[in-house]
Amino acid sequence: MISRRANPYAVQPPLRTVLVPILSTLAGSAMGFLPVIATEPIVPPCGLMMLLAWRLLRPEMWPPWAALPLGFADDLISGHYLGTSMILWTIAFLVLEWVDQVLVWRDGWIEWGIASVALVLIVFGAWLLSQPASSLTSMFTILPQSIGAILLFPAVLRLTASLDRWRLRR
Amino acid sequence: MAAPRHRRRGFSRRVQYGLFAGYVIAIVGVMLAIGLLMLSRFDPRAFNTLRGVVVDAGAVFTGLGRAGIRSGNEAGEVFDAYVAAGSQNAALKMELAKQRRAVIGAKIVAAENARLKRLVRLSEHLPRPILSARLIGSTPTGQRRFAILSAGTAEGVRPSMAVRSPEGLIGRVFENGIFASRVLLLTDGETAVPVKVVRNGLAALATGQGDGTMEIRALIAGGRAFRRGDLAVTSGTGGVYAPNIPVAVVTEVRGDRAVARPLADPSRADFAAVYPIFQAAITDLPAQPKP
Repeated sequence: MISRRANPYAVQPPLRTVLVPILSTLAGSAMGFLPVIATEPIVPPCGLMMLLAWRLLRPEMWPPWAALPLGFADDLISGHYLGTSMILWTIAFLVLEWVDQVLVWRDGWIEWGIASVALVLIVFGAWLLSQPASSLTSMFTILPQSIGAILLFPAVLRLTASLDRWRLRR
Repeated sequence: MAAPRHRRRGFSRRVQYGLFAGYVIAIVGVMLAIGLLMLSRFDPRAFNTLRGVVVDAGAVFTGLGRAGIRSGNEAGEVFDAYVAAGSQNAALKMELAKQRRAVIGAKIVAAENARLKRLVRLSEHLPRPILSARLIGSTPTGQRRFAILSAGTAEGVRPSMAVRSPEGLIGRVFENGIFASRVLLLTDGETAVPVKVVRNGLAALATGQGDGTMEIRALIAGGRAFRRGDLAVTSGTGGVYAPNIPVAVVTEVRGDRAVARPLADPSRADFAAVYPIFQAAITDLPAQPKP
């Protein structure tokens, strides 16, 4: 969050450094365009997974409000009511800020644990906010998606890490 | 590894204010998003243009991918057809002979039917389909059940038009782009279709459950109204859906409710026909109020 403009000696980072995290998260959201016709939610929320992976890998990269525009794009793609992901993702970012202050120790397992809790809560929140008033949809429809997302998360984290290495290469 | 301490405020006022501003913007943004959510819940047609643009943009990608999947499936079917072609040929010939006899019988029945209808001067005003289009995708990550249809406002598709395949009802059009639209599938929680049970003509309401099934509730209380294997077709009550479109088959009975599976599988149906909004003919006009 230290503004770069104030320091005349700082080197301006190339555009790639800024764009790669944003575009990869949007690409994750765009998994909703997969040409499968599903009668229940089966594909894990890849946009959310990319977002969490970037946030856990580079906590200082995005300000907390960066989740707002990314969530807006995800809402438009997934057909939820506008605002669903905007609310949930931004609250998740604010909670993660707090978690960063509280945790004194972290490794891969802890990050996976944090991400699992966040994924389940956000998918559940999306289910809660996106159902119309008189809906009879069962809560357990989110189960296959959540389990898939939790199991896939380490792979997404690896993908994000390799993207990060490519992004920061000189 | 000890957790890194980013967001360390230090003594710089500039950094402190910057961090604080970030939190303030985030919280104000959440407030705005809550307002946006309320707005789009109470008025689902809000931001229709923006959402339509995204549906169109997505349809470009989805359509391309769908073509690839379809050609892959077709290649598989071609290979499959060569396996056991001889015995299959003989079986199909026998089947064809049997079907030919059945078709002759059906033609006689159809002619008889037409004659009887002329006799009682019964005319049906069932709507004709506007067009048929491909179902190219869906929202597999989201909590709502939408399918993407490859026709939009340019072809005259409008929200709440009924969409069906030869097997039965698929859903209704939810929102439009210019050349693609979102179809609300039967299994979505927002769907409510007035149906009747074919066996006894009982009026019921079928609603989606989000997990590939529907729940059917009888409109009349009491009794065990449903049996396994009952067929539910649209009743045409309240408009939107024309009568006598097959909807679902009862798979499980739970007291006075039933769980049913939709007949039309949108993932199998390549083409879907779009029907105009059905309006039942008014039989007797409401009485004029006395001045």
